[in-house]
Amino acid sequence: MNWLASIGHRGINVLRNLARALLLLLAILRAPQGLVTRFREFLAQLYSVGVLSLLIISVSGVFVGMVLGLQGYYILSRFAAESTLGVFIAASLVRELGPVVTALLFAGRAGSALTAEIGLMKATEQLSALEMMAVNPVSRLLVPRFFAGLVSVPLLAAMFNALGVLGGYFVGVGLMDVDAGTFWAQMQSQVDFNKDIINGVIKSVVFGVICTWIALFQGYEAVPTSEGISRATTRTVVHSSLAVLGMDFVLTALMFGD
Amino acid sequence: MANSRFSLLTEAAVGAMMLLGGIALFFLAMQVSNLGGFKRVSGYQVEARFDNIGGLKVRSPVTMAGVRIGEVSSIGFDATTYEAVVTLDLLPEFNQVPTDTFAKILTQGILGEQYIGLDPGGSEQYLQQDSEITMTQSAFVLEEIVGQFLFSKAEESATGGGF
Repeated sequence: MNWLASIGHRGINVLRNLARALLLLLAILRAPQGLVTRFREFLAQLYSVGVLSLLIISVSGVFVGMVLGLQGYYILSRFAAESTLGVFIAASLVRELGPVVTALLFAGRAGSALTAEIGLMKATEQLSALEMMAVNPVSRLLVPRFFAGLVSVPLLAAMFNALGVLGGYFVGVGLMDVDAGTFWAQMQSQVDFNKDIINGVIKSVVFGVICTWIALFQGYEAVPTSEGISRATTRTVVHSSLAVLGMDFVLTALMFGD
Repeated sequence: MANSRFSLLTEAAVGAMMLLGGIALFFLAMQVSNLGGFKRVSGYQVEARFDNIGGLKVRSPVTMAGVRIGEVSSIGFDATTYEAVVTLDLLPEFNQVPTDTFAKILTQGILGEQYIGLDPGGSEQYLQQDSEITMTQSAFVLEEIVGQFLFSKAEESATGGGF
């Protein structure tokens, strides 16, 4: 009886949290005027969430592309198919690795920071102070952050992809002597703009929403103690990563299924 | 004052990020995908009929002497003759392809992608918009070749040849 109740208790908790997260998202989407009234804040958030993530995204992009170049070359050269190295690198980056790795890095680099910031505001009762002054903390604080994340992730993913392709080009053409002409020509003939690149951008927008949403929700609902904030930060990274990977499967099945 | 200076720097950095993101997207569109490069200088369309096109696809290359001179723009099926109707989109600068050109479906490597290879004939007249290439050779289908080989082997040993 007891264990049954404990299962039920957990289930109800999960559902309640999901519902609260959904309500928070609705509240954010219902107050987009916060974007206009707090445009400066939006820019500042774009800076701290997007610009400051540029370094880690660029470096990872280049290295992921270089590793793809090496591994792809070793495997493809066994089948005398080095000419398709460009396709291999570009397709895997644009379709999967770009959006997913960018989102994972973003969750670790920016999502955790967002959670800690909002959580600390809650712990120091700044959120309550805003409410006391009849300022809606959702539109004042969460809306600019949410849209900053939404805008940043696709931009970062595009840079990740571009730098990854260049990294792969460096290894494939520079080190492994694949012909530069075939590298680009094969890539251009096999990678489709609508099917591959646009779908990749859609993916990264979805991941941007997921990561920022989870980060803001965890911060907003954090237990206002130092321990609570640390747990919320951890949960942000874990939940974002799992959600991104799970959602990636669903999106891939929908986009490239047929 | 210090505040507005910080905000200017922030704005510049955000602007730089957006610009870089835009450049990256542009690079992906033009250099990585099929949007740039070999594209849409629409030439003239020529039709060719094949008994079997194998793995030929729309956008497969059309080559002559190994040089890419166009691509497959559509693949249809003629329900009365049971033939595949392939429309080739040839680039306008290659406008001196003889009318008795021979079109073959070839394979890059042993298991690679299939493409159409054109062997020029000797005619003085050239293919134009909506001309038809009459001499064609179907795709090489591995199973059929293997089947024929096995069949002829079996026949050989049945008639006392072979080993």
